[in-house]
Amino acid sequence: MSESPVPTARGVAVSLEKVRKVYEPNRIVVEGMDLQVNAGEFLAILGPSGCGKSTLLRIIARLLEPDSGTLSITPDNPFQTAYVFQDAHLLPWRSVLDNAALPLELMGIDRTAREAKARAALALVGLMDTESLYPAQLSGGMKMRVSLARALATEPRLLLLDEPFAALDEVNRFHLDVALRQLWQWHGMTVIFVTHSISEAAFLANRAVVLTRRKCQIKLDRQLDLPLERYASFRTDPALAAEISHLLEAMEEE
Amino acid sequence: MNSITRSFSNALRATIPWAVPIGILLVWQIAASLHWISSTVIPAPSAVLAAGIRTAASGELFRHIGVSTARAAAGFALGGSIGFVFGLLNGVSKPAARLLDSSFQMVRNVPHLALIPLFILWFGIDERIKLYLVALGVFFPIYLNTFHGVRTVDTGLVEMGRAYGLSRAELFRQVIFPGALPSILVGVRFALGITWLTLVVAETIAASSGIGYMTMNAREFLQTDVVLLGILIYAVLGKLADSGTQLLERRCLAWHPAFATQGAKN
Repeated sequence: MSESPVPTARGVAVSLEKVRKVYEPNRIVVEGMDLQVNAGEFLAILGPSGCGKSTLLRIIARLLEPDSGTLSITPDNPFQTAYVFQDAHLLPWRSVLDNAALPLELMGIDRTAREAKARAALALVGLMDTESLYPAQLSGGMKMRVSLARALATEPRLLLLDEPFAALDEVNRFHLDVALRQLWQWHGMTVIFVTHSISEAAFLANRAVVLTRRKCQIKLDRQLDLPLERYASFRTDPALAAEISHLLEAMEEE
Repeated sequence: MNSITRSFSNALRATIPWAVPIGILLVWQIAASLHWISSTVIPAPSAVLAAGIRTAASGELFRHIGVSTARAAAGFALGGSIGFVFGLLNGVSKPAARLLDSSFQMVRNVPHLALIPLFILWFGIDERIKLYLVALGVFFPIYLNTFHGVRTVDTGLVEMGRAYGLSRAELFRQVIFPGALPSILVGVRFALGITWLTLVVAETIAASSGIGYMTMNAREFLQTDVVLLGILIYAVLGKLADSGTQLLERRCLAWHPAFATQGAKN
């Protein structure tokens, strides 16, 4: 990882009030969800598979409309949200650099400027010499890094991640966890990270929300009592283990 | 392996595909020269070559090739563009597909060459019959492959596009069209084969110019060498068109692992 060359962005506040989402036929996925995320917060959303946590994230990303209730993002400007999916979802016909620059292209930034920003974002995730390769020539971990770089290239004020490292091996996952945490510290954007991994949630986040299996209710909302700086060695810290056991307890009851 | 052996083996590998056709030509030439086969049944390759030089010198050959190529191109452009538009429409719009696709499939199952008598009744033997027959033949492979290509574009990429705020037009340009391109190009290769097949039939039945007409005319005068020349020209034109598409595939699909020869360019 290099030192941050990108200026610090400030996060946005996210508020969900009485949000309800029903899928056909009459399957209530989210019911009466109230959630306030402060500007610059790193929130992990934990829950069992199929509990609706991805639906919640899609609602926040405005990929899904809630059936009732409100979502407000303050301030609410275009191109301030970036979304990282479970799969890298890179355009196979674009090079690594062009993939990372895609959102900037949509923002109408000229080629030279967007390539410089994309290169800086690729450097942030530790990818320097791969910009001319196509996605098919990359490993799974590298693809995910490009996906993260694409999200970071726009200097988002709200970064949404939907189990982004779930398909990776543990070593890659640990590296990217550390990288993500550092990026958040540098940029101060609001991060909402959906995962079913308790240890990953505790390692990354400042606050964790555990959801119930049915109707996506908040079962536990906990500020994690952990230090700001978290490096690889922090994984064996007793304070982290204590937080993991708190979260595990809430998850186990599900 | 040293460099001499390697370059010899490369040369051998490049030559091998030509061994069988050249062998056949040699056997054919020898058999014709020794009068084992009648020149009225199959003239010698040298006679076909002579016919080629003769008709080329008179300008007749290039006129016919020009006419046939123009017909192929016009029919391909007409049928291909209609097939592409409907393939896209039905690919992106489920209601449109529900309305149109089963009708297209019904028509597809009618061999388009079976429509020749009807087309002659409608259009006589003017240019339209060739144009419409080629267009009809080309329509279906382009339509089907575009439809299939659009439908099978990775939905994850579409969702990614939406998450990054792509408009419908940008989604089409950035995600759907490039995603469907491998399939569309397969359709183009099929369609090119059908173009020449249709043209052969249409020109031999209802034409007063073109390679098909030239061969039918030569048949009237028992010019077997010109008939064979016509057949060979169809083969060469078809092969050229196919090679052109392969080149296009390699250029447009350099990112695709199946066509990859090098990294991306920036």
